[in-house]
Amino acid sequence: MTFLLRLTLIAAFILPGFAFAVVPPAVIEKLALGEGEDKIAAVAEVVTAADPDGLVFLQAMMNGEVQVVAEKKQVLIVRDGKAVDAVSGAEVSPLPEGLEDVVLPNRVRGEIQSAMSALKLVSPDRKTRHTAAKSLLEGGVDAGMLTIISKALEKESDAEIKSMLVLVQAQAQLKSSDVAVRLAAVKALGSSNSPSTKTLLIDLLQKNGDDFAEPDANVRAQAQISLEAVQSRLTWGDRAAQVFSGASLGSILLLAALGLAITYGLMGVINMAHGELIMIGAYATYVVQNFFHQHLPDWFNWYPLLAVPAAFIASAVVGMILERSVIRFLYGRPLETLLATWGISLMLIQLVRTVFGAQNVQVENPAWMSGGLEMFSGVVLPFSRIAIIGFSGVVLLLVWLALTRTRLGLFVRGVTQNRAIASCMGINTARIDTWCFGLGSGIAGLAGCALSQIGNVGPDLGQSYIVDSFMVVVLGGVGQLAGTVYAALGLGVVNKILEGWAGAVIAKIIVLVFIIVFIQKRPQGLFALKGRFADA
Amino acid sequence: MSTYKPPSIFTSRGWAGIAAALLLVMVIAPLLNMAVPEGSVFHLSDFAITLIGKIMCYAILALAMDLIWGYTGILSLGHGVFFALGGYAFGMYLMRQIGTDGVYHSTLPDFMVFLDWKAYPWYWAFTDHFLYSLFLVVAVPGLLAFIFGYFAFRSRIKGVYFSIITQALTFAFMLLFFRNDTGFGGNNGFTDFKRILGVAIQTPEMRMTLFVLTGIVLVGTLLLARWLVSSKFGRVLTAIRDAESRVMFSGYDPLWFKLAIWTLSAVIAGIAGALYVPQVGIINPGEMSPANSIEIAIWVAVGGRGTLVGAILGAFLVNGAKSWFTMAFPEYWLFFLGAIFIAVTLFLPRGVVGAYRQLRERMGKGAAGEAKAAA
Repeated sequence: MTFLLRLTLIAAFILPGFAFAVVPPAVIEKLALGEGEDKIAAVAEVVTAADPDGLVFLQAMMNGEVQVVAEKKQVLIVRDGKAVDAVSGAEVSPLPEGLEDVVLPNRVRGEIQSAMSALKLVSPDRKTRHTAAKSLLEGGVDAGMLTIISKALEKESDAEIKSMLVLVQAQAQLKSSDVAVRLAAVKALGSSNSPSTKTLLIDLLQKNGDDFAEPDANVRAQAQISLEAVQSRLTWGDRAAQVFSGASLGSILLLAALGLAITYGLMGVINMAHGELIMIGAYATYVVQNFFHQHLPDWFNWYPLLAVPAAFIASAVVGMILERSVIRFLYGRPLETLLATWGISLMLIQLVRTVFGAQNVQVENPAWMSGGLEMFSGVVLPFSRIAIIGFSGVVLLLVWLALTRTRLGLFVRGVTQNRAIASCMGINTARIDTWCFGLGSGIAGLAGCALSQIGNVGPDLGQSYIVDSFMVVVLGGVGQLAGTVYAALGLGVVNKILEGWAGAVIAKIIVLVFIIVFIQKRPQGLFALKGRFADA
Repeated sequence: MSTYKPPSIFTSRGWAGIAAALLLVMVIAPLLNMAVPEGSVFHLSDFAITLIGKIMCYAILALAMDLIWGYTGILSLGHGVFFALGGYAFGMYLMRQIGTDGVYHSTLPDFMVFLDWKAYPWYWAFTDHFLYSLFLVVAVPGLLAFIFGYFAFRSRIKGVYFSIITQALTFAFMLLFFRNDTGFGGNNGFTDFKRILGVAIQTPEMRMTLFVLTGIVLVGTLLLARWLVSSKFGRVLTAIRDAESRVMFSGYDPLWFKLAIWTLSAVIAGIAGALYVPQVGIINPGEMSPANSIEIAIWVAVGGRGTLVGAILGAFLVNGAKSWFTMAFPEYWLFFLGAIFIAVTLFLPRGVVGAYRQLRERMGKGAAGEAKAAA
């Protein structure tokens, strides 16, 4: 039998076209030829046997590949016009006369499905077992599966799956009539961190009419303790998730606002087209991604390496053209700048619509960015967001270095502090303005590149970030970077926490009211420059 | 010490213009629409009446904007919210007037039936009274503007900061009104109005009444604004625009002047919204989008800031162009609008009216110079 089993296993995995299973012939006969009730009983037998081969046969039944010749009690697995005898494994050709499909009523189908998911627990493949255990853990189990779960638990060698199975077993044991078993089960459930366990425990403590759902007081007390343990773990998971998504939103705001901190904060230019520069960066990423898709599919995972500089350059060039052609004529007239740059933003939106279409385009993540890090059950930190948090940190560092350690940065600071003296020292202030605006625009492009990895890219992309990023700059104060950083992260985290508590719209309104109140107290923002610059 | 004597509001030519405008709106347009038969060249179509009525509402809004921006120097990027609130306030009355003629034949508006609400929320109380809803049209935008303005002006938020915060204000309201739970119809807003004061809204008579009413309000607003800016109050406003610190040092508190004109401007915007809704037949949160509010500024900029007539002219020019473009080449409208924004700020800082006056001045000077040389 073991030898045959090996053979079938080999057949099942090496020759999937001729996969057949060695399940006791009586069971096979019952499954294929029996009436509805017989079939269900046979399915239960397969489950109790906890034999991975049962899975293969059941799968074949579900696929409609099992056919029978009723008079000869012959059961065949027919695939691609070739038939194999399910009992002996011998090839049968030509196809015998009177071949019929096995009719599966819906009830039997349901039984087979749950049996298959149970049988997956004993599958030789670790990944299959893992998903099966997880789906049972989250979807719930019934008492009938207890045997196979304990069998799987005995065989299981992987610690992670084992711990999941313990919880699954405990869930199934809750329905046991033995008080001691239930008590142990409830205790075991205390180590869980899944929301479904919580509802399970809450159900136990519920009253059904006059009686408790759980008749025994001891078990109820233990359930209460376990429930609290699970709940506190879940709350921490939630909090961690909120802080993470806040940090993620904050890092995006930071990228969007960092460019503004340069163009508005340092240069005093209100650029309403800043959002559109973000959008251009996102579309540049899209173009690079398409190029890799079509011409260098093998290198697709590395496309961000080219997309980042492309986004920077595309937005920086557009920004420099704008500065040269429109904005420089409006220095010192902030309200006019505001209107003119709004006009620019309208034209850029329409331009992108004309070139790329009004629909959103899809930017595909490189493979290493999809998926995520699972902290708890239900709390997944996507790699793409982690990458963006890291990316914004790097960009921040580079901008800081550029402003404090390079010659251009020195000139920029000089022109900001005193344009006339800087000019006297021989700095070409007009050229510095252009480069500085280009730098701010390029950072907007980087923000767009980052955004394209986590959301839709469309012509209206920038519009949704412009109000937020101006808020960041207003809150952070004009003239330096530290305020922008704190304001962006602070707004991001506060926004997400409020969102969890009051909903997205109310959160936005609360933040807005907060900013208005805040400006009452500190009109210069969080980190006002002290001394003479405050007047400038 | 002599007391300041305000100049007369209009020259005789100005008064003649006002009279002509009133004649045009109250007599000529109705005659051309209703008395002249449809096939005639002089017939003014219903479509044109609705369009002009709509643009006149925009012109009232532009006047409100000119008062606050052109004369006081405060650029609001959130006037759309006052316009829309006025519209919603009157829209509530219009919704109540539908009665049980809605799709679900309930006394509640369809969107409330859809949400499975059983009764009107508290803020809908009394909105079935016409006069009360008129009160709301004035009170809601006025109150919001007063509270918001008080806090903003008290802490001396000005210039671009103020503009950005007003933009955030209208953005926040837009989000709020997009929610179904807010109780104003969510995404779809209010529409399918049936009647005003029991009279069906779709009849030609009602359309013409609304049109004439809008025209009268427009002319009235122009007179009021003109009177305001030529009074002593208006002079203080202009002074605040040009040198706020000096106004303070001269012993005036700019807060109350700014707050007064800001609130008045919001109220005018609300009235414009209330006139707009029954003529267009719909109000939705899209009216509060930041883009709409910033467009108001460009109407005023095109016509010429601080000229009042320019605001009206600008509203007609830009919206006329918009109607034509969206019919002829819809995809180029945004290019054109964007180009207007840039061209006006770069080349026409005083708008069409300002440029015209400058041109006339120069020609007048030229003529005077020639006369001198000849003498």
